[in-house]
Amino acid sequence: MIEARGLRKQYGDFTAVDGIDFAIEPGEAFGFLGPNGAGKSTTMRMIAATSTRTSGDLQVLGFDPESHGPEIRAQLGIVPQADQLDEELRVIDNLVVYGRYFGLPLPYVKRRAEELLDFAQLTEKRKARVDGLSGGMKRRLTIARGLINSPKAMLLDEPTTGLDPQARHVLWDRLFRLKEEGTTLVLTTHYMDEAEQLCDRLVVVDKGAIVAEGSPSALIRQYSTREVLEVRFGSSRNAEAAERIEGIGSRIEVLPDRVLVYDDDGEAAMAAVHERGLQPITSLVRRSSLEDVFLRLTGRSLIE
Amino acid sequence: MTEQLLEAPAPTIRGPLRGLYAGNTRSVVARGLRVIARNNWLIVVTGFFEPVFYLLSMGIGLGALIGTVEFYGVDVPYAAYIAPALMAVSAMNGAVYDSTMNVFFKMNFAKLYQQMLSTSLGPLDVALGEILLALFRGLLYACGFMVVTSLMGLNLSWTAVLAIPAALVIAFGFASFGMAVTSYMKTFQHLDYVYFVMMPMFLLSATFFPIEVYPQGVQWVIQAMPLWHGVDMVRQLTTGLIQPSILLHLLYFAVMIVVGLWFTTARLKALFLR
Repeated sequence: MIEARGLRKQYGDFTAVDGIDFAIEPGEAFGFLGPNGAGKSTTMRMIAATSTRTSGDLQVLGFDPESHGPEIRAQLGIVPQADQLDEELRVIDNLVVYGRYFGLPLPYVKRRAEELLDFAQLTEKRKARVDGLSGGMKRRLTIARGLINSPKAMLLDEPTTGLDPQARHVLWDRLFRLKEEGTTLVLTTHYMDEAEQLCDRLVVVDKGAIVAEGSPSALIRQYSTREVLEVRFGSSRNAEAAERIEGIGSRIEVLPDRVLVYDDDGEAAMAAVHERGLQPITSLVRRSSLEDVFLRLTGRSLIE
Repeated sequence: MTEQLLEAPAPTIRGPLRGLYAGNTRSVVARGLRVIARNNWLIVVTGFFEPVFYLLSMGIGLGALIGTVEFYGVDVPYAAYIAPALMAVSAMNGAVYDSTMNVFFKMNFAKLYQQMLSTSLGPLDVALGEILLALFRGLLYACGFMVVTSLMGLNLSWTAVLAIPAALVIAFGFASFGMAVTSYMKTFQHLDYVYFVMMPMFLLSATFFPIEVYPQGVQWVIQAMPLWHGVDMVRQLTTGLIQPSILLHLLYFAVMIVVGLWFTTARLKALFLR
C-alpha cells in the first residue's frame, strides 16, 4: 500500500531522512517510533505528498507522490502534528468545508459530517467555535476531518502529544475503532506506550535511519529481557553503584537518575543487588518496554 | 454508518496544470464567503470610506476652487475628474487589503493553505480562489463608490456602467499580484512596504491632476505603474471620452493577472509542497 526504498530527504546540509526502507500493508497499524527530530514528520509529509523527496523510491497507493500528489491526497486522511483547524469556522463547518475541498457533493458531506461528529463525540459542540475546544477535542475534530473523504489510509503525526492522560485514552479508543473497521493507520510517536497499544508493526527510527523493525512484542523479545529492575541511589552515587552491580542480569544501563538492570527475573536481580550490600533509595521491577529497546539500540532515551 | 461511503473523486485535470489544479476553486471561494457571512461585515465595509472621504473633501472642497480640468481635449468638472480615479483606487484598496493582510495572516498564522493543500486541491485552486475573494472585495468597494458618484451626478456618460467590469479587472490584477508579493513576506513589518508603494502611487497616478504636469521622464515612470492604467481606463469610461489606449490598459492588466497568478501558484507550491 505504501512502499519506500532508499527514501532520503535533505534540507541544505541537513539530512532529515537518510535512506529508509519500509512497506506498509493494507489494514495494518504501522508506527514510526523515535525521538523528536528523528525524521518521522518529514517521512509522513513525503507519504502525504506535501513534501518532495531528495532521492529514493516512494509508492503510495500505487502512485508516485512526485507526479500524482492530488490523486494520493484524495485518498489519504491527514492528521498533522499541530491541529491545523480552520479557526474562522464553527466545528461542523470545519468538516463540511474540508469535505468540499475534496470535491465531494455538499448533501453527502453534510450527512457524513454529522456521523463523524458523533464518532468524534463532538455532537454537542456542533456549533461551537474551534478555539474554545480543549486539546483533546481539537485532536478528535482533526481526526474526524481527516475521515471525511473515507480515506484508504490515515496518517497521524504524534496523535496524542500534548494531551492529558484521559484525553489520550479517549483518542486511543477512537483509533482502535478505526483499526477494527479496517482502516490502515500510519502513525508517528515518541511515546512507547502509544506504539505498544496501537501498532501492529513499527520501525524504530533515529537520526533519519531505521534501526529496527518488527511488532512491539517481537522487538522487546529480540532486544531486551523480559523484565527490568530500576534502582535509584541518588544522582551522585548511581555510577559508583552501577560498578558494584556489574555482573547481575544480562545488561546494565546507567541513566542520569537511575540504573537499569536487565534480567528475565527482576525479583532475583533485586535480591542479588541486596546481597552485594547495596541499599537503593527506590527500586522497581517492571516488564520491558519499547523504551528499553530504543535505549539498547541508540544508547539514548526516547524523551530527552 | 448506514449509507454508502463516498471516496473523494480523483482529480481529472490533464496537461501542464496536472498536479497544480484540481478544478475545484469554488470550494475555496465558498469557504471565504462563508467566513465573511458568519463573521462581521464591518471589516469589509471600513476600507470603502477612504476614497469616499477624498471625493467629498477634494472633489467638492477643492473642486470649487479649481473648476474644470482638461481630459483628452474636453473640460471636465474637477469632481467628475477625480471620481473615476478614486473608484479605481477603491478597487485597488479592496483587492490589496485582502490579498496582503488577510492572506499574510492565513499563510503564516491560520495555516489555512497547509490545510487546503493536504486535500486534493492544487496550489492553483487555492491561489485563484483567494484572489477571486480579494477581487470580490474590490468589486464591492467599486460598486459602493459607483452608487455614491451616481447620486452626486459625476458620471458623465452611459459608458460609466462599464466602469464596474473595469474595476473588476483592476481588482483582479492587484489581487493576483498582491498575493504573489505577500508570499515572500515573513514579518508584519514587510507589509509596511506595500503601503510604502501604494501611497505615492495613489497620490501621483494622475489621480488628482493630469499626468502632463510632470517632466517626460517622470511620466514614463507613472505610466509603468498599474494604478495609472486603472485610473485612465475608468476615467475614459465615466466621462465617455473613450480612446484606443483603453485596449492597452486592458492588456496591461491581463498581463498582470496572468503573471500574478502564475507567481502565486509557484510560490504556494514552493512554500507548502516542498
